Amino acid sequence: MSDDIIYSAIIDEHYQEPRNFGKIENPDEQIMETNPTCGDTIAMYVRINDGRVSDIKYVAKGCLISVAAASILSENVEGKRIEEIETMNKKDVLGNLGLELGPAREKCALLSYDALMKMIRDYKGKSEDRT
Amino acid sequence: MIDVEKIREDFPIYKRFLREGIIYLDNAATTQKPISVINAIVDYYENHNSNVHRGVYRVGEEATDLYNGSRENIANFIKAKPENIVFVRNATEGLNLAASGLVSLLNDGDEILLSRMEHHSNIVPWQIQSTRKNIRLKFIENGPDEQISWKLIEENLTEKTKVVSLTACSNILGTINDLSDVGRHLHNLGIFFVVDGAQSVPHMDVNVNRLQCDLMAFSGHKMLGPAGIGCLYGTEEILDRMPPYMGGGEMIKEVFEDHFTTADIPEKFEAGTPNIEGAIGMSAAVNYLKNIGMDNVREHEHDTISYIFKREDELNMKELVSYGPRNPDIKSAIFTFNIKKKGVNERPYGNEVHPHDISHMADRMEGVELRSGHHCAMPMTVSLGVYATARASFYIYNDHKDVDHLFNSIERIIRRMIVK
Repeated sequence: MSDDIIYSAIIDEHYQEPRNFGKIENPDEQIMETNPTCGDTIAMYVRINDGRVSDIKYVAKGCLISVAAASILSENVEGKRIEEIETMNKKDVLGNLGLELGPAREKCALLSYDALMKMIRDYKGKSEDRT
Repeated sequence: MIDVEKIREDFPIYKRFLREGIIYLDNAATTQKPISVINAIVDYYENHNSNVHRGVYRVGEEATDLYNGSRENIANFIKAKPENIVFVRNATEGLNLAASGLVSLLNDGDEILLSRMEHHSNIVPWQIQSTRKNIRLKFIENGPDEQISWKLIEENLTEKTKVVSLTACSNILGTINDLSDVGRHLHNLGIFFVVDGAQSVPHMDVNVNRLQCDLMAFSGHKMLGPAGIGCLYGTEEILDRMPPYMGGGEMIKEVFEDHFTTADIPEKFEAGTPNIEGAIGMSAAVNYLKNIGMDNVREHEHDTISYIFKREDELNMKELVSYGPRNPDIKSAIFTFNIKKKGVNERPYGNEVHPHDISHMADRMEGVELRSGHHCAMPMTVSLGVYATARASFYIYNDHKDVDHLFNSIERIIRRMIVK
Protein backbone atom coordinates (compact mmCIF):
# COMPACT_ATOMS: atom_id res chain seq x y z
CA MET A 1 0.00 0.00 0.00
CA SER A 2 1.46 3.35 -0.95
CA ASP A 3 1.77 6.03 1.70
CA ASP A 4 0.31 8.59 -0.69
CA ILE A 5 -3.18 7.20 -0.99
CA ILE A 6 -3.82 7.59 2.74
CA TYR A 7 -4.80 11.18 2.40
CA SER A 8 -5.06 13.14 -0.81
CA ALA A 9 -2.65 15.77 -2.07
CA ILE A 10 -5.39 18.39 -1.63
CA ILE A 11 -5.79 17.54 2.04
CA ASP A 12 -2.03 17.65 2.47
CA GLU A 13 -1.72 21.01 0.81
CA HIS A 14 -4.41 22.57 2.97
CA TYR A 15 -2.88 21.05 6.09
CA GLN A 16 0.59 22.34 5.28
CA GLU A 17 -0.71 25.81 4.42
CA PRO A 18 -4.20 26.31 5.77
CA ARG A 19 -6.08 29.17 4.03
CA ASN A 20 -7.67 31.95 6.06
CA PHE A 21 -5.93 30.81 9.25
CA GLY A 22 -6.09 33.37 12.04
CA LYS A 23 -8.40 35.71 13.91
CA ILE A 24 -10.76 38.53 12.96
CA GLU A 25 -10.84 41.49 15.33
CA ASN A 26 -14.41 42.54 16.15
CA PRO A 27 -16.13 39.83 14.10
CA ASP A 28 -19.90 39.75 13.63
CA GLU A 29 -19.93 36.22 15.01
CA GLN A 30 -17.40 33.98 16.74
CA ILE A 31 -17.57 30.49 18.17
CA MET A 32 -15.48 27.81 19.83
CA GLU A 33 -16.24 24.19 18.93
CA THR A 34 -14.69 21.03 20.41
CA ASN A 35 -14.71 17.40 19.37
CA PRO A 36 -14.97 15.58 22.70
CA THR A 37 -13.61 12.28 21.41
CA CYS A 38 -10.21 13.66 20.47
CA GLY A 39 -10.05 17.15 21.94
CA ASP A 40 -9.82 18.90 18.56
CA THR A 41 -10.83 22.52 18.85
CA ILE A 42 -11.64 25.30 16.42
CA ALA A 43 -12.25 28.96 17.07
CA MET A 44 -14.03 30.50 14.07
CA TYR A 45 -14.81 34.11 13.21
CA VAL A 46 -16.95 35.64 10.46
CA ARG A 47 -17.73 39.11 9.23
CA ILE A 48 -21.01 39.48 7.40
CA ASN A 49 -21.81 42.36 5.03
CA ASP A 50 -25.00 42.75 2.99
CA GLY A 51 -26.00 39.15 3.68
CA ARG A 52 -22.65 37.78 2.52
CA VAL A 53 -19.76 36.22 4.43
CA SER A 54 -17.20 38.88 3.59
CA ASP A 55 -14.46 37.44 5.79
CA ILE A 56 -13.91 34.13 7.57
CA LYS A 57 -11.01 33.04 9.73
CA TYR A 58 -10.31 30.28 12.24
CA VAL A 59 -7.71 28.97 14.63
CA ALA A 60 -7.83 25.17 14.51
CA LYS A 61 -5.96 22.70 16.66
CA GLY A 62 -6.46 19.22 15.40
CA CYS A 63 -5.74 16.44 12.96
CA LEU A 64 -4.94 16.66 9.29
CA ILE A 65 -8.54 16.17 8.30
CA SER A 66 -10.06 18.72 10.67
CA VAL A 67 -7.51 21.42 9.75
CA ALA A 68 -7.78 20.74 6.00
CA ALA A 69 -11.58 20.62 6.19
CA ALA A 70 -11.67 24.02 7.89
CA SER A 71 -9.34 25.46 5.26
CA ILE A 72 -11.37 24.09 2.34
CA LEU A 73 -14.65 25.17 3.91
CA SER A 74 -13.38 28.70 4.47
CA GLU A 75 -12.40 28.99 0.80
CA ASN A 76 -15.77 27.67 -0.31
CA VAL A 77 -17.92 30.04 1.73
CA GLU A 78 -16.00 33.29 1.51
CA GLY A 79 -18.06 35.83 -0.43
CA LYS A 80 -21.12 33.59 -0.54
CA ARG A 81 -24.61 34.63 0.49
CA ILE A 82 -25.85 33.26 3.82
CA GLU A 83 -28.86 31.64 2.12
CA GLU A 84 -26.53 29.81 -0.20
CA ILE A 85 -24.33 28.60 2.65
CA GLU A 86 -27.38 27.34 4.50
CA THR A 87 -28.18 24.97 1.66
CA MET A 88 -24.84 23.22 2.09
CA ASN A 89 -25.32 19.92 3.86
CA LYS A 90 -22.87 17.54 5.49
CA LYS A 91 -22.68 15.42 2.38
CA ASP A 92 -21.54 18.43 0.33
CA VAL A 93 -18.80 19.19 2.85
CA LEU A 94 -17.55 15.61 2.92
CA GLY A 95 -17.75 15.53 -0.88
CA ASN A 96 -15.51 18.58 -1.15
CA LEU A 97 -12.82 16.72 0.78
CA GLY A 98 -12.87 13.85 -1.68
CA LEU A 99 -12.27 11.24 1.02
CA GLU A 100 -14.11 8.14 2.15
CA LEU A 101 -14.26 8.55 5.92
CA GLY A 102 -15.46 6.29 8.69
CA PRO A 103 -17.90 7.58 11.31
CA ALA A 104 -15.14 8.62 13.73
CA ARG A 105 -13.25 10.64 11.15
CA GLU A 106 -16.39 12.28 9.77
CA LYS A 107 -16.63 14.14 13.06
CA CYS A 108 -13.15 15.58 12.40
CA ALA A 109 -14.21 16.69 8.94
CA LEU A 110 -17.44 18.29 10.13
CA LEU A 111 -16.19 20.20 13.15
CA SER A 112 -15.65 23.42 11.17
CA TYR A 113 -18.95 23.00 9.30
CA ASP A 114 -20.85 22.60 12.57
CA ALA A 115 -19.12 25.72 13.91
CA LEU A 116 -20.02 27.77 10.83
CA MET A 117 -23.66 26.66 10.82
CA LYS A 118 -24.05 27.54 14.50
CA MET A 119 -22.64 31.02 13.85
CA ILE A 120 -25.04 31.57 10.97
CA ARG A 121 -27.99 30.46 13.10
CA ASP A 122 -26.86 32.83 15.86
CA TYR A 123 -26.43 35.70 13.38
CA LYS A 124 -29.87 35.17 11.88
CA GLY A 125 -31.41 34.94 15.36
CA LYS A 126 -29.95 38.35 16.20
CA SER A 127 -31.06 39.86 12.88
CA GLU A 128 -34.62 38.72 13.52
CA ASP A 129 -34.48 40.28 17.00
CA ARG A 130 -33.54 43.58 15.40
CA THR A 131 -36.38 43.62 12.87
CA MET B 1 7.22 -19.02 27.72
CA ILE B 2 4.09 -18.53 25.66
CA ASP B 3 3.82 -20.05 22.19
CA VAL B 4 2.16 -17.20 20.31
CA GLU B 5 1.65 -19.20 17.11
CA LYS B 6 -0.24 -21.87 19.02
CA ILE B 7 -2.31 -19.33 20.91
CA ARG B 8 -3.38 -17.62 17.68
CA GLU B 9 -4.84 -20.92 16.49
CA ASP B 10 -7.30 -20.70 19.38
CA PHE B 11 -8.63 -17.31 18.19
CA PRO B 12 -10.91 -17.57 15.14
CA ILE B 13 -10.48 -13.85 14.36
CA TYR B 14 -6.79 -14.49 13.73
CA LYS B 15 -7.71 -16.22 10.47
CA ARG B 16 -8.91 -12.84 9.23
CA PHE B 17 -6.06 -10.93 10.89
CA LEU B 18 -3.44 -13.11 9.20
CA ARG B 19 -5.23 -13.02 5.85
CA GLU B 20 -5.55 -9.22 5.85
CA GLY B 21 -2.36 -8.43 7.73
CA ILE B 22 -4.14 -6.85 10.66
CA ILE B 23 -2.00 -6.31 13.76
CA TYR B 24 -4.43 -5.75 16.60
CA LEU B 25 -2.84 -3.57 19.28
CA ASP B 26 -5.83 -2.23 21.20
CA ASN B 27 -6.00 -4.85 23.93
CA ALA B 28 -6.28 -2.34 26.75
CA ALA B 29 -9.63 -1.39 25.17
CA THR B 30 -10.81 -4.94 24.57
CA THR B 31 -9.27 -8.32 23.82
CA GLN B 32 -10.11 -10.95 21.22
CA LYS B 33 -12.01 -14.11 22.16
CA PRO B 34 -10.73 -17.69 22.00
CA ILE B 35 -12.91 -20.41 20.50
CA SER B 36 -13.45 -21.96 23.94
CA VAL B 37 -15.20 -18.76 25.11
CA ILE B 38 -17.32 -18.57 21.96
CA ASN B 39 -18.21 -22.27 22.27
CA ALA B 40 -19.18 -21.95 25.93
CA ILE B 41 -21.68 -19.22 25.03
CA VAL B 42 -23.03 -21.14 22.03
CA ASP B 43 -23.31 -24.32 24.12
CA TYR B 44 -25.31 -22.48 26.74
CA TYR B 45 -27.78 -21.18 24.17
CA GLU B 46 -27.95 -24.43 22.20
CA ASN B 47 -28.30 -26.76 25.17
CA HIS B 48 -29.02 -25.11 28.51
CA ASN B 49 -30.82 -21.80 27.98
CA SER B 50 -33.26 -20.93 30.73
CA ASN B 51 -33.51 -18.37 33.51
CA VAL B 52 -31.47 -18.93 36.67
CA HIS B 53 -32.50 -19.28 40.31
CA ARG B 54 -36.13 -19.89 39.33
CA GLY B 55 -37.14 -23.04 37.54
CA VAL B 56 -36.86 -26.35 39.41
CA TYR B 57 -37.02 -28.14 36.09
CA ARG B 58 -34.02 -29.85 34.47
CA VAL B 59 -32.84 -27.12 32.09
CA GLY B 60 -33.37 -24.39 34.68
CA GLU B 61 -31.21 -26.27 37.15
CA GLU B 62 -28.49 -26.75 34.55
CA ALA B 63 -28.45 -23.03 33.77
CA THR B 64 -28.30 -22.21 37.49
CA ASP B 65 -25.44 -24.67 37.97
CA LEU B 66 -23.51 -23.20 35.05
CA TYR B 67 -24.07 -19.66 36.32
CA ASN B 68 -23.12 -20.44 39.93
CA GLY B 69 -20.17 -22.53 38.78
CA SER B 70 -18.93 -19.59 36.71
CA ARG B 71 -19.05 -17.33 39.74
CA GLU B 72 -17.10 -19.86 41.77
CA ASN B 73 -14.49 -20.29 39.05
CA ILE B 74 -13.97 -16.54 38.61
CA ALA B 75 -13.82 -16.08 42.41
CA ASN B 76 -11.20 -18.78 42.64
CA PHE B 77 -9.15 -17.04 39.92
CA ILE B 78 -8.50 -14.09 42.25
CA LYS B 79 -8.49 -16.28 45.42
CA ALA B 80 -11.91 -15.13 46.59
CA LYS B 81 -15.11 -16.98 47.49
CA PRO B 82 -18.26 -16.96 45.33
CA GLU B 83 -20.12 -14.71 47.78
CA ASN B 84 -17.42 -12.07 47.26
CA ILE B 85 -18.19 -11.76 43.54
CA VAL B 86 -20.99 -9.46 42.37
CA PHE B 87 -21.68 -9.78 38.66
CA VAL B 88 -21.95 -6.40 36.94
CA ARG B 89 -21.73 -5.21 33.32
CA ASN B 90 -18.09 -4.18 33.45
CA ALA B 91 -15.45 -2.58 35.67
CA THR B 92 -17.16 0.78 35.18
CA GLU B 93 -20.42 -0.49 36.64
CA GLY B 94 -18.44 -2.16 39.43
CA LEU B 95 -16.83 1.16 40.35
CA ASN B 96 -20.17 2.95 40.20
CA LEU B 97 -21.57 0.36 42.60
CA ALA B 98 -18.51 0.75 44.83
CA ALA B 99 -18.84 4.55 44.87
CA SER B 100 -22.57 4.46 45.53
CA GLY B 101 -22.21 1.90 48.32
CA LEU B 102 -19.24 3.45 50.07
CA VAL B 103 -20.49 7.03 49.96
CA SER B 104 -23.60 5.77 51.79
CA LEU B 105 -21.24 4.82 54.64
CA LEU B 106 -19.42 8.18 54.69
CA ASN B 107 -20.21 11.40 56.52
CA ASP B 108 -20.16 15.07 55.58
CA GLY B 109 -16.63 16.39 55.42
CA ASP B 110 -15.01 13.02 54.61
CA GLU B 111 -12.42 12.80 51.85
CA ILE B 112 -11.83 10.33 49.03
CA LEU B 113 -8.30 9.98 47.64
CA LEU B 114 -7.73 9.12 43.98
CA SER B 115 -4.71 9.51 41.70
CA ARG B 116 -4.02 11.50 38.59
CA MET B 117 -3.60 8.37 36.45
CA GLU B 118 -7.14 7.08 37.05
CA HIS B 119 -9.47 6.10 34.24
CA HIS B 120 -12.60 8.26 34.11
CA SER B 121 -14.53 5.30 35.54
CA ASN B 122 -12.58 5.69 38.77
CA ILE B 123 -13.15 9.46 38.89
CA VAL B 124 -16.62 10.32 37.62
CA PRO B 125 -18.60 7.85 39.79
CA TRP B 126 -16.96 9.41 42.87
CA GLN B 127 -17.73 12.90 41.56
CA ILE B 128 -21.37 11.96 41.04
CA GLN B 129 -21.74 10.27 44.43
CA SER B 130 -19.81 12.90 46.38
CA THR B 131 -22.53 15.47 45.70
CA ARG B 132 -24.94 13.41 47.87
CA LYS B 133 -22.95 14.50 50.87
CA ASN B 134 -20.40 17.20 51.45
CA ILE B 135 -17.50 14.98 50.39
CA ARG B 136 -14.22 16.16 48.94
CA LEU B 137 -12.20 14.37 46.25
CA LYS B 138 -8.45 14.66 46.48
CA PHE B 139 -5.92 13.56 43.89
CA ILE B 140 -2.42 12.22 44.34
CA GLU B 141 -0.52 14.47 41.95
CA ASN B 142 1.74 11.74 40.66
CA GLY B 143 4.02 12.50 37.74
CA PRO B 144 3.68 10.54 34.48
CA ASP B 145 6.69 8.34 35.26
CA GLU B 146 5.85 7.84 38.91
CA GLN B 147 4.67 4.55 40.36
CA ILE B 148 2.11 4.83 43.13
CA SER B 149 3.16 3.11 46.32
CA TRP B 150 2.30 3.34 50.00
CA LYS B 151 4.75 6.18 50.57
CA LEU B 152 3.02 8.42 48.03
CA ILE B 153 -0.42 7.52 49.34
CA GLU B 154 0.60 8.15 52.94
CA GLU B 155 1.81 11.65 52.07
CA ASN B 156 -1.65 12.48 50.73
CA LEU B 157 -3.77 11.09 53.57
CA THR B 158 -5.49 13.38 56.02
CA GLU B 159 -7.53 12.62 59.09
CA LYS B 160 -10.60 12.97 56.92
CA THR B 161 -9.59 10.42 54.27
CA LYS B 162 -12.11 7.58 54.39
CA VAL B 163 -11.69 5.99 50.95
CA VAL B 164 -8.64 5.41 48.76
CA SER B 165 -9.50 4.22 45.25
CA LEU B 166 -6.65 3.45 42.85
CA THR B 167 -5.88 1.61 39.69
CA ALA B 168 -3.58 -1.38 40.00
CA CYS B 169 -2.30 -0.71 36.49
CA SER B 170 -2.71 2.44 34.42
CA ASN B 171 -4.53 2.08 31.11
CA ILE B 172 -2.74 5.08 29.63
CA LEU B 173 0.81 4.77 30.97
CA GLY B 174 1.01 1.04 31.70
CA THR B 175 2.37 1.78 35.17
CA ILE B 176 1.97 -1.20 37.49
CA ASN B 177 1.45 0.36 40.89
CA ASP B 178 2.95 -1.10 44.02
CA LEU B 179 -0.15 -1.76 46.09
CA SER B 180 1.41 -4.61 48.09
CA ASP B 181 1.39 -2.90 51.49
CA VAL B 182 -1.41 -0.47 50.89
CA GLY B 183 -4.34 -2.63 52.01
CA ARG B 184 -2.71 -3.53 55.32
CA HIS B 185 -1.83 0.08 56.13
CA LEU B 186 -5.25 1.44 55.15
CA HIS B 187 -7.05 -1.17 57.23
CA ASN B 188 -5.05 -0.18 60.27
CA LEU B 189 -6.24 3.37 59.69
CA GLY B 190 -9.87 2.35 59.10
CA ILE B 191 -9.84 3.61 55.49
CA PHE B 192 -11.70 1.75 52.73
CA PHE B 193 -9.47 0.53 49.91
CA VAL B 194 -10.91 0.20 46.39
CA VAL B 195 -8.91 -1.16 43.45
CA ASP B 196 -9.58 -0.72 39.75
CA GLY B 197 -8.39 -4.08 38.47
CA ALA B 198 -9.48 -3.64 34.83
CA GLN B 199 -5.87 -3.61 33.60
CA SER B 200 -4.33 -5.90 36.22
CA VAL B 201 -6.59 -8.97 36.51
CA PRO B 202 -6.22 -9.82 32.78
CA HIS B 203 -2.45 -9.43 32.79
CA MET B 204 -0.96 -10.73 36.05
CA ASP B 205 -1.64 -12.95 39.04
CA VAL B 206 -4.02 -11.06 41.34
CA ASN B 207 -4.72 -12.34 44.83
CA VAL B 208 -7.26 -10.33 46.80
CA ASN B 209 -6.02 -11.79 50.09
CA ARG B 210 -2.57 -10.41 49.48
CA LEU B 211 -3.96 -7.15 48.12
CA GLN B 212 -6.28 -6.79 51.14
CA CYS B 213 -8.62 -4.48 49.29
CA ASP B 214 -12.24 -3.99 50.32
CA LEU B 215 -13.51 -3.79 46.76
CA MET B 216 -12.03 -4.46 43.32
CA ALA B 217 -13.66 -4.07 39.91
CA PHE B 218 -12.68 -5.82 36.66
CA SER B 219 -14.17 -6.49 33.22
CA GLY B 220 -14.64 -9.75 31.34
CA HIS B 221 -14.07 -8.35 27.86
CA LYS B 222 -10.55 -7.16 28.67
CA MET B 223 -9.55 -10.71 29.65
CA LEU B 224 -10.73 -12.74 26.63
CA GLY B 225 -14.34 -12.92 27.84
CA PRO B 226 -17.47 -11.43 26.30
CA ALA B 227 -18.58 -7.81 26.67
CA GLY B 228 -21.34 -6.91 29.10
CA ILE B 229 -20.02 -8.92 32.06
CA GLY B 230 -17.65 -7.93 34.82
CA CYS B 231 -17.22 -8.29 38.54
CA LEU B 232 -17.06 -6.27 41.68
CA TYR B 233 -15.14 -8.22 44.27
CA GLY B 234 -15.98 -7.22 47.85
CA THR B 235 -15.21 -8.57 51.29
CA GLU B 236 -18.22 -10.06 53.04
CA GLU B 237 -18.05 -7.31 55.63
CA ILE B 238 -18.19 -4.45 53.15
CA LEU B 239 -20.80 -6.06 50.88
CA ASP B 240 -23.01 -6.67 53.92
CA ARG B 241 -22.71 -3.05 54.99
CA MET B 242 -23.31 -1.50 51.55
CA PRO B 243 -26.98 -0.77 50.78
CA PRO B 244 -28.52 -2.35 47.66
CA TYR B 245 -27.84 -0.55 44.40
CA MET B 246 -30.77 -1.40 42.16
CA GLY B 247 -34.08 -2.90 43.10
CA GLY B 248 -36.05 -5.67 41.41
CA GLY B 249 -36.22 -9.42 41.21
CA GLU B 250 -33.31 -11.57 42.34
CA MET B 251 -31.98 -9.05 44.90
CA ILE B 252 -34.77 -9.54 47.45
CA LYS B 253 -35.79 -12.08 50.07
CA GLU B 254 -39.32 -10.81 50.62
CA VAL B 255 -41.33 -7.89 49.30
CA PHE B 256 -44.29 -6.29 51.09
CA GLU B 257 -46.28 -3.24 50.09
CA ASP B 258 -44.31 -0.98 52.40
CA HIS B 259 -40.85 -2.57 52.52
CA PHE B 260 -38.57 -5.36 51.35
CA THR B 261 -35.76 -7.46 52.73
CA THR B 262 -32.62 -8.01 50.71
CA ALA B 263 -31.18 -11.27 49.47
CA ASP B 264 -27.84 -12.37 50.89
CA ILE B 265 -24.66 -11.26 49.18
CA PRO B 266 -23.85 -11.27 46.34
CA GLU B 267 -27.41 -11.51 44.93
CA LYS B 268 -28.31 -8.46 46.99
CA PHE B 269 -26.64 -6.37 44.26
CA GLU B 270 -27.87 -8.32 41.24
CA ALA B 271 -31.36 -7.09 40.41
CA GLY B 272 -33.11 -8.70 37.46
CA THR B 273 -32.20 -11.58 35.19
CA PRO B 274 -28.41 -11.56 35.01
CA ASN B 275 -26.10 -11.83 32.01
CA ILE B 276 -26.01 -15.63 32.23
CA GLU B 277 -24.13 -16.32 29.01
CA GLY B 278 -21.72 -13.52 29.89
CA ALA B 279 -20.83 -15.15 33.21
CA ILE B 280 -20.39 -18.51 31.48
CA GLY B 281 -18.21 -16.94 28.78
CA MET B 282 -16.12 -15.06 31.34
CA SER B 283 -15.58 -18.28 33.27
CA ALA B 284 -14.40 -19.99 30.08
CA ALA B 285 -11.98 -17.08 29.58
CA VAL B 286 -10.67 -17.59 33.11
CA ASN B 287 -10.09 -21.26 32.30
CA TYR B 288 -8.16 -20.28 29.19
CA LEU B 289 -5.95 -17.89 31.19
CA LYS B 290 -5.47 -20.40 34.03
CA ASN B 291 -4.33 -22.93 31.48
CA ILE B 292 -1.63 -20.56 30.22
CA GLY B 293 -0.78 -19.47 33.75
CA MET B 294 -0.89 -15.82 34.84
CA ASP B 295 2.82 -15.78 35.62
CA ASN B 296 3.44 -16.80 32.00
CA VAL B 297 1.10 -14.05 30.78
CA ARG B 298 3.02 -11.48 32.81
CA GLU B 299 6.38 -12.86 31.69
CA HIS B 300 5.28 -12.62 28.05
CA GLU B 301 4.19 -9.01 28.51
CA HIS B 302 7.41 -8.18 30.36
CA ASP B 303 9.30 -9.60 27.41
CA THR B 304 7.12 -7.59 24.99
CA ILE B 305 7.61 -4.24 26.73
CA SER B 306 11.34 -4.94 27.15
CA TYR B 307 11.58 -5.54 23.41
CA ILE B 308 9.60 -2.34 22.72
CA PHE B 309 12.03 -0.30 24.84
CA LYS B 310 15.00 -2.00 23.15
CA ARG B 311 13.71 -1.20 19.66
CA GLU B 312 12.80 2.33 20.65
CA ASP B 313 16.33 2.92 21.95
CA GLU B 314 17.94 1.33 18.88
CA LEU B 315 15.86 3.29 16.39
CA ASN B 316 16.31 6.52 18.35
CA MET B 317 13.74 8.47 16.34
CA LYS B 318 13.96 12.08 17.41
CA GLU B 319 10.31 12.77 16.56
CA LEU B 320 8.99 9.95 18.77
CA VAL B 321 7.97 10.86 22.32
CA SER B 322 6.74 8.06 24.61
CA TYR B 323 5.22 8.27 28.07
CA GLY B 324 5.27 6.39 31.36
CA PRO B 325 7.95 4.59 33.35
CA ARG B 326 10.87 3.02 31.44
CA ASN B 327 11.37 0.11 33.81
CA PRO B 328 9.74 -3.07 32.37
CA ASP B 329 9.35 -4.44 35.92
CA ILE B 330 6.69 -1.83 36.69
CA LYS B 331 5.19 -1.51 33.23
CA SER B 332 2.57 -3.55 31.43
CA ALA B 333 2.71 -4.07 27.67
CA ILE B 334 1.25 -0.62 26.96
CA PHE B 335 3.20 1.84 24.81
CA THR B 336 1.77 5.35 24.61
CA PHE B 337 3.37 7.95 22.39
CA ASN B 338 3.18 10.99 20.16
CA ILE B 339 5.01 12.04 17.03
CA LYS B 340 6.27 15.59 17.22
CA LYS B 341 7.81 17.76 14.61
CA LYS B 342 10.84 18.98 16.43
CA GLY B 343 12.30 22.13 14.96
CA VAL B 344 10.63 21.66 11.57
CA ASN B 345 8.67 24.72 10.41
CA GLU B 346 6.35 24.94 13.37
CA ARG B 347 2.77 25.50 12.27
CA PRO B 348 0.41 27.96 13.90
CA TYR B 349 -1.79 25.13 15.21
CA GLY B 350 0.72 22.86 16.90
CA ASN B 351 3.75 20.85 15.97
CA GLU B 352 2.69 17.26 16.52
CA VAL B 353 1.12 14.72 14.25
CA HIS B 354 -2.39 14.35 15.58
CA PRO B 355 -2.90 10.91 17.20
CA HIS B 356 -6.00 10.41 15.04
CA ASP B 357 -3.78 10.73 12.00
CA ILE B 358 -1.24 8.36 13.54
CA SER B 359 -3.96 5.78 14.16
CA HIS B 360 -5.50 6.22 10.69
CA MET B 361 -2.16 5.98 8.91
CA ALA B 362 -0.81 3.07 10.98
CA ASP B 363 -3.90 1.12 9.98
CA ARG B 364 -3.68 1.96 6.28
CA MET B 365 0.10 1.62 6.06
CA GLU B 366 0.89 -1.45 8.16
CA GLY B 367 -2.46 -2.80 9.33
CA VAL B 368 -1.50 -1.73 12.84
CA GLU B 369 -4.60 -1.04 14.94
CA LEU B 370 -3.85 1.64 17.52
CA ARG B 371 -6.01 3.65 19.83
CA SER B 372 -5.86 7.43 19.77
CA GLY B 373 -7.36 10.05 22.03
CA HIS B 374 -7.28 10.67 25.77
CA HIS B 375 -7.96 6.97 26.60
CA CYS B 376 -10.59 7.98 29.17
CA ALA B 377 -7.82 9.45 31.29
CA MET B 378 -8.07 13.20 30.68
CA PRO B 379 -6.41 14.35 33.93
CA MET B 380 -3.27 12.36 33.06
CA THR B 381 -3.41 13.40 29.39
CA VAL B 382 -3.54 17.04 30.46
CA SER B 383 -0.62 16.56 32.82
CA LEU B 384 1.39 15.10 29.93
CA GLY B 385 0.90 18.51 28.34
CA VAL B 386 -0.95 17.14 25.30
CA TYR B 387 -4.58 16.77 24.31
CA ALA B 388 -4.27 13.25 22.96
CA THR B 389 -1.84 10.37 22.54
CA ALA B 390 -1.57 7.20 20.46
CA ARG B 391 -1.48 3.90 22.32
CA ALA B 392 -0.41 0.36 21.44
CA SER B 393 -1.43 -2.30 23.96
CA PHE B 394 -0.30 -5.90 23.61
CA TYR B 395 -1.52 -9.27 24.84
CA ILE B 396 -0.79 -12.98 24.72
CA TYR B 397 -1.25 -13.33 20.95
CA ASN B 398 1.14 -10.47 20.06
CA ASP B 399 4.79 -11.10 19.29
CA HIS B 400 8.00 -9.24 18.44
CA LYS B 401 6.97 -9.00 14.80
CA ASP B 402 3.95 -6.98 15.88
CA VAL B 403 6.29 -4.62 17.71
CA ASP B 404 8.39 -4.34 14.53
CA HIS B 405 5.27 -3.46 12.53
CA LEU B 406 4.43 -0.78 15.07
CA PHE B 407 7.83 0.85 14.72
CA ASN B 408 7.70 0.47 10.92
CA SER B 409 4.43 2.36 10.90
CA ILE B 410 5.86 5.06 13.18
CA GLU B 411 8.84 5.46 10.85
CA ARG B 412 6.60 5.65 7.80
CA ILE B 413 4.34 8.24 9.45
CA ILE B 414 7.37 10.37 10.34
CA ARG B 415 8.58 10.11 6.72
CA ARG B 416 5.13 10.95 5.40
CA MET B 417 4.30 13.80 7.76
CA ILE B 418 7.58 15.32 8.74
CA VAL B 419 10.42 14.50 6.39
CA LYS B 420 8.83 15.64 3.16
